[in-house]
Amino acid sequence: MSAVTTTRRAPFLTAYAVAVFAFIYLPIVVLIAYSFNRDGVGGFPPRHFTLHWYERLFADGAIWNAVLNSLLVAAASVALALTLGLLAALALDRASFPGKALFRRLVLLPLILPGIITGLSLLMFVVFVGAPLSLLTVFFGHGTALISVATTELFAGLQKLDRKQEEASLDLGATPWQTFWRITLPNLKLSLIAAGLLIFTLSMDEIAVTFFLIGRDNTLPMEIWGRLRQGITPEINAISTLIFMVSVALISIWYRLRARTLRDAS
Amino acid sequence: MYSRAYKAIVALPPLLWVGIFLMLPYALMFVHSFWLVRDGFIVHQWNLGNYAALFTRPVYLQVLMRTMRIAGSVTLFSLLLGYPLAYYLSFHSGVRKEFLYQLVIVPLWVSYLVRGYAWKTVLGSDGVLNGFLQYAHITHAPVGFLLYSPFAVVLMLTHIYTPFVFLPIYAALETIPRPLIEASQDLGATPAKTFFRVILPLSMPGLLAGATFAFVLSLGDFLAPLLVGGASGTMIANVVQSLFGAAYDWPLGAAVSVCILLLTLTSLFATETLEKRWSFKQMS
Repeated sequence: MSAVTTTRRAPFLTAYAVAVFAFIYLPIVVLIAYSFNRDGVGGFPPRHFTLHWYERLFADGAIWNAVLNSLLVAAASVALALTLGLLAALALDRASFPGKALFRRLVLLPLILPGIITGLSLLMFVVFVGAPLSLLTVFFGHGTALISVATTELFAGLQKLDRKQEEASLDLGATPWQTFWRITLPNLKLSLIAAGLLIFTLSMDEIAVTFFLIGRDNTLPMEIWGRLRQGITPEINAISTLIFMVSVALISIWYRLRARTLRDAS
Repeated sequence: MYSRAYKAIVALPPLLWVGIFLMLPYALMFVHSFWLVRDGFIVHQWNLGNYAALFTRPVYLQVLMRTMRIAGSVTLFSLLLGYPLAYYLSFHSGVRKEFLYQLVIVPLWVSYLVRGYAWKTVLGSDGVLNGFLQYAHITHAPVGFLLYSPFAVVLMLTHIYTPFVFLPIYAALETIPRPLIEASQDLGATPAKTFFRVILPLSMPGLLAGATFAFVLSLGDFLAPLLVGGASGTMIANVVQSLFGAAYDWPLGAAVSVCILLLTLTSLFATETLEKRWSFKQMS
């Protein structure tokens, strides 16, 4: 790092950066602070510390039911997206087929297009085949849309892999099937876990696609969404605070795995 | 090295899945935009009436213009916040660089809904900001215009997309060779001149990528307007949502969706071209 660019003081710029950080974090801090406020959301300053809202939250069956639904959908979506994403990444890495360049772009569409377009298109398809809306359709939507994420992440992982091990395995008489299970997959383990975590987080939070595919059973974001219409209570602050904590925990794991993959590759 | 069977086994399932469960749905959307609704039923009669309606009924153009204005403002403000932040981290943060970088990344992964909800509680007429303003005796009655306005939508989306914009700009700034900046300074250029002639041009690809993220993602958002926008903050995706919902005019809704899709792809294509041109100009 050069001395010229780091030692020069820039008080105005520093103040500006602090202000931007404040802008980014202030709403989250406010959210957390008011989850402990006895008198509800609003008013200033927050007075009377209480855990009452968390007690209410833990006794709230509908919320935990929604959490369970979200976990189920997320886990299933991870399985589906990782399986198909891995195959797609292998195909992009190793096979040549007509329309490969096109496929590579098309699979990314759910990442690029607004969620409402993907959500409504999938809804039209579900109606077209006459399936009823339920958690199954939500899973179908999440899993399909998130193949894009799995493919990108795993393709990047495959590109960094050392092919020589696989060549050696095949030369020494292992079948492609054995080579896949004993060499390719174990070498790709970190990328798979990292991609899985990312897909899990995205699915747990998904709302734009879910909005159109949801049946009678709510996922957590949809349950919260529904309650916002009836007015806001610190109970929503409390669940939001918990979601925030869990997200931060998941990101730190993801970030470390990612750093390790990068280090292993270099 | 890989046999034909291997290639077929890995390529076929994802191709079929994506083809049937993703491309077919998108195609269905496209086809619907050329059909029409009669007596509450969708009739498979090919026509361009939906697209004609988009251009003849002023309400659609009006909402579309507002959407572009909101997305444009979000892009501008995210750049105004994200660029200096990236610049600070890249050039002036010293040993805290890695920590500060992670501090920007964290909110990126925090639930969209949680952050939107946070703004709702801050801006409401009996919200936290109004409570603070009265507590500090700046105002004596709640200020009503904060929530349920285009302003609230721009604020919330700027908050969400600033880290998105920051990322590619920071990545671009980090790749600028430091000796280049020193050379500029040694040869007597003022800091401003160094910035405008060396740093800004070299970070342009990152800036363009960030701007595209913010613009495209804001363009199709329908949740922020529902959460904090109110009637005056309605955006084009809300029109789609109501056409598919209460109004039950799927063909017209599909036509509006196709327009959003075209706008999105045009923006992406435009930045790609711009970026290529830019790097070409830099080389020559």
